[in-house]
Amino acid sequence: MPHDHHEHLSPSGHPFRADDDGHLTYWQAMEIAVRELLIEKGVTTAAEIMGQIDAMDARHPSHGAKVVARIWTDPDFRAAMQADASEATREMGYDIGPMKLIAVENTAALHNIVVCTLCSCYPRNLLGLPPDWYKSRAYRSRTVREPRRVLAEFGVNLPAGVEVRVHDSTADMRYIVIPSRPTGTAGWSADALAALVTRDSMIGTGLPKSPEGG
Amino acid sequence: MPELVRVRADMPPGHVRTPAYLRGKCGVIERTLGPFRNPEQLAYGVKAQALPLHRVRFTMAEVWGADAETPTDTIEAEIYAHWLEPA
Repeated sequence: MPHDHHEHLSPSGHPFRADDDGHLTYWQAMEIAVRELLIEKGVTTAAEIMGQIDAMDARHPSHGAKVVARIWTDPDFRAAMQADASEATREMGYDIGPMKLIAVENTAALHNIVVCTLCSCYPRNLLGLPPDWYKSRAYRSRTVREPRRVLAEFGVNLPAGVEVRVHDSTADMRYIVIPSRPTGTAGWSADALAALVTRDSMIGTGLPKSPEGG
Repeated sequence: MPELVRVRADMPPGHVRTPAYLRGKCGVIERTLGPFRNPEQLAYGVKAQALPLHRVRFTMAEVWGADAETPTDTIEAEIYAHWLEPA
């Protein structure tokens, strides 16, 4: 094996990720065995499994952004979301499966932020897969302990008069933050507004983009 | 008048969805959801009891005491009924 000291770094200077070619773990082998048995016994098909993976991969923060923009522009929908966010989201046309959703709205005096300290609960059925940092021990432990420092690291500096409310997603419900509508967007269409809604603004670690762009 | 409750201070073994940092802490019930089946039983495949699930609001001062980053900020978490007692 050549002893080239650049061997462990990519051309961009980052270490290569180790190849995942070790032995299967007990549970990996169990998952494959159960999946193959379910297919062999006709309980499900490979196409159904692939279809479900495709459906999961198709979920994207842009779905949540459209929900937020509609809340900003449609008072009846806003009321429906407050009453039952799961049902209102389904009626808008999103297949969120059995997910039970709560929408928590930011105001001039309140900033909401979502975390799951126990694991990584996230409204995947609406927003897609969570960012890696959402599952990190640092985010999960620090957000309930020092949310303002965490927010500052995300570039969100809140005045002292704004209450920070941390939602620890500990059990059956999932949460989406409804950020405040940016000023300077009067008369904007829901589609134009949706383009301002970022994934992080629906987790609470960010704010929507400003209408000037940025 | 919001209902004041205390999270049981117990530390039982097994699959429990009551965060340890909230055990023994007092808060108010923000809303009641469910009933949902008890995850402490579901996790082991035994018959699971349907329980109310309460969203409880705690102040940072209550949870972290003098070390609170901003004492008036709040934390809300979902706590199953059998983990709550009158405060």
